[in-house]
Amino acid sequence: MVLDLVPLWTALLALAVFYYVVFDGFDLGVGMLYGLMPGEAARRIAMSSIAPIWDGNETWLVFGGIGLMAAFPLAFAIIIPAVYFPILMMLLALVFRGVAFEFRFKHPAVRRFWDGAFCGGSLVATFAQGVVLGAFIQGFKVEGRHFAGTSFDWVAPFPLAIGLALMFGYGLLGAGWLILKTEGDLQRWARRAGQVCLIAVLAAILAVSLWTPETHADIARRWFSWPDIALLAPVPIITALIAGGEWYALRSRHELLPFLGAVGLFLMSFIGIAISLWPMIVPYHYTLWQAASSPSTQAFLLIGTLLLLPVILMYTAWSYWVFRGKVGDSAGYH
Amino acid sequence: MALDPVLLSRLQWAWVIAWHILLPAFTVGLASYIAVLEGLYFFTGRDIWFRISGFWTRIFAVSFGMGVVSGVIMPFQFGTNWSRFTDATADVISPLLAYEGLMAFFLEASFLGVLLFGRWLVPTWAHFFAALMVAFGTLLSSFWILATNSWMQTPAGYQLVDGRFEPVDWFAIVFSPSFPYRFMHNVNAFYITTAFVVMGVGAWLIRRERAVEDARMMVRMALDLLIIIVPLQIFLGDQHGLNTLEYQPAKLAAIEGRYDTARPTPLTLFGIPDDDAATMRYAIEIPDLGSLILTHSWNGTIKGLKEWPADQRPPVAPPFFAFRVMVGIGVIMLLVAIAGQFLKLRGRLWDSAWFLLLCRWTAPLGFIAVIAGWVTTEVGRQPWTVYGLLRTADSVSPSLTSADVTASLLLYVAVYLIMFPTGIAFMAGLVRRGPREPEPQPQLIESGRPNQPFENAARIAAQS
Ligand code: HDD
Ligand code: HEM
Ligand code: HEM
Repeated sequence: MVLDLVPLWTALLALAVFYYVVFDGFDLGVGMLYGLMPGEAARRIAMSSIAPIWDGNETWLVFGGIGLMAAFPLAFAIIIPAVYFPILMMLLALVFRGVAFEFRFKHPAVRRFWDGAFCGGSLVATFAQGVVLGAFIQGFKVEGRHFAGTSFDWVAPFPLAIGLALMFGYGLLGAGWLILKTEGDLQRWARRAGQVCLIAVLAAILAVSLWTPETHADIARRWFSWPDIALLAPVPIITALIAGGEWYALRSRHELLPFLGAVGLFLMSFIGIAISLWPMIVPYHYTLWQAASSPSTQAFLLIGTLLLLPVILMYTAWSYWVFRGKVGDSAGYH
Repeated sequence: MALDPVLLSRLQWAWVIAWHILLPAFTVGLASYIAVLEGLYFFTGRDIWFRISGFWTRIFAVSFGMGVVSGVIMPFQFGTNWSRFTDATADVISPLLAYEGLMAFFLEASFLGVLLFGRWLVPTWAHFFAALMVAFGTLLSSFWILATNSWMQTPAGYQLVDGRFEPVDWFAIVFSPSFPYRFMHNVNAFYITTAFVVMGVGAWLIRRERAVEDARMMVRMALDLLIIIVPLQIFLGDQHGLNTLEYQPAKLAAIEGRYDTARPTPLTLFGIPDDDAATMRYAIEIPDLGSLILTHSWNGTIKGLKEWPADQRPPVAPPFFAFRVMVGIGVIMLLVAIAGQFLKLRGRLWDSAWFLLLCRWTAPLGFIAVIAGWVTTEVGRQPWTVYGLLRTADSVSPSLTSADVTASLLLYVAVYLIMFPTGIAFMAGLVRRGPREPEPQPQLIESGRPNQPFENAARIAAQS
């Protein structure tokens, strides 16, 4: 009997995805807020605050994608073609956003174009990621081992709504990051932006919590049948507590708490979705075990992952530490 | 042939990967060059290394950024367009791709920030260390991605279960028969490509009389490297070809433009291949030489494409011409490297205007050779994605329509045609500005580190 590695890979992948959502979430959020910020100085500071780290954050997207392919290839082969256009939108948006960090031209008109690319790219990428999540929860049409729907199945109210919601979610993370890394006017502005985002996020969490059980009987049963409803009650209760705390943190003088609160809200939503869908990885068709790669594949990759992940986290931490503290006003390295 | 999703997906893949490969072709070499320069600066403390390193690091930042964004697109292509290929092969190749991410991408990405922005935030040794790690990361990246590609070219260490590949022997999978050759030939190609760019830029600066001391150093360093690695590349290419003859004979026949088996085999220098009639028109041949080069004997046999059924032959024209472009460039490069050494030994390098001009014109040759080499490799592998086992036509995502892929392909084309020219223009601007003196940097990040200004002041004092 071989050791069943599926639970371990599920946990690792969930961690990678969550890490990505939080870390690229805040820099995508900063990118979206960038378009609304008052003044060139504020924008420069905002961009400097993420310039040294965005690349590392985006690497988790690559790792999340390839990790899914390695641990649950069937899920990768069904889900990714199903969201062909959202993925395309996301990738192209990330192109614009990524090179905008480098193309900080002196010429004002060219500069305005790449400023727009930075902000618009962040926005479209976020929206597309939300759509992917929404389509995932909504479920896919599958025949055998293939996606059998059309490339436009994601054009439906639920995925589009999740796309919108995620924009506010990342906005909240971005605001939290700016509060942490900046001072004075920009910080005050970020607090206000954070409050707007928080209200929208809470509305979205509430809506999704009512909408999914409404449309998926299985999910409704999982949450509302006895005794599950008692066991799962802490999830909404803790979410509500964090929401209250976040509101307070945004209005207080705390600098780290708003970011942590935003992470907390994401964590609770993440847990909520996991509870709803467990143990499905291609929702309503294939379980984690059915979609898993061969035990040999999982074992081969696990060895390296367990050795390397701590090292990666260590030097990631080092690079954050090098760039610790408040960001001053400077044009960067060019 | 109609524009079916398979053909469109192939075009799309070719489009995105060909642009992507141009950046590693440059950044792999440049990262190593910067690491060397940082090391020289760390050990000698001479300003010239600091200036050259800073100059190339600014250019590196832009090209690396483009490498990353074009690279992020790549793994998703496996899912969006090649989902059946993924379903069939993921058990074998996905860990290799994942190891690339774990070992290389995180390493590069984390230390890149320190390399680009950390000049004044960390001590010189840590900056050097970051440069080393980025360079090491790019090499690891090449290692794993080429292992993946080589397995698709010459599959090994697997078993087929219900049409899906399952791993049996990981060592055999990673070190598949063509891998050592492909890895060495390819990485060496990247170093050559970078050296030609460095040399061309140096020559340009000299002609403009800008930062002449630094520019001469660049040209000298490039020349000394090239005289070793260009001949090496030709040797490695020959070895690579012998390996191809053994494991992918149909590809080799296409490269040689051989439809009919012959013994001894002539070398076809040039001709117009006609796949439908299965003949080479207007062929210019040298008797016996084909046998000599490929089998290292005067009368070895080379199998012609007619030995394979028509539906298992690659198209001949792309590999045939691309290969000749690559080899032709290899020969030109060799001549340039020899001429440069010759002038250098005679002490006439800096007043040979024609040679400096030649350096400028040959600067982009490496990129063309890399693309040509890859077209040879990949088109020569057709009609298979996994050689001899999985057809390209059976690899594509079943849900895609022609309209879907047309739309995505057009979008990729449009976006790349905005991004890449802008990036090249931007880098040209950086070149024009030339190397600069070290200047005390305004602190990017001030609060939270009381002793930082102190260290800066000490370092600036030490430099002057
Ligand atoms: C600076 C670039 C460069 C130069 C000067 C050369 N090559 Fe090359 N070649 C490459 C860059 C390259 C490459 C882009 O890196 C390829 C594509 C795939 C690979 O592994 O390396 C390649 C592939 C490649 C292949 C295909 C093998 C296969 O996939 O089956 C052969 C047979 C050669 N090369 C042989 C040569 C010879 C005989 C050369 C002598 C002049 C030569 N190359 C010069
Ligand atoms: C011979 C082929 C290839 C080589 C040598 C290569 C090498 C590299 C290198 C060195 C980088 C770092 C960025 C840079 O230096 O510009 C990079 C980036 C990247 N490559 Fe490639 N690559 C190749 C093909 C591919 C393919 C086929 C894929 C898809 C599976 C891919 C996926 C990526 C990704 C995802 C990145 C971004 C990494 C990041 O986020 O830091 N590459 N590649
Ligand atoms: C980086 C340099 C590379 C270049 C320039 C390149 C180029 C190409 C081209 C031109 C094609 C289309 C061939 C045709 O349809 O006739 C192709 C196909 C393909 N290549 Fe590559 N390739 C590169 C590296 C790789 C790597 C590293 C991988 C795997 C990890 C890879 C996997 C594929 C796949 C899956 C296809 C699609 C199926 C097919 O048409 O064979 N390629 N490539």
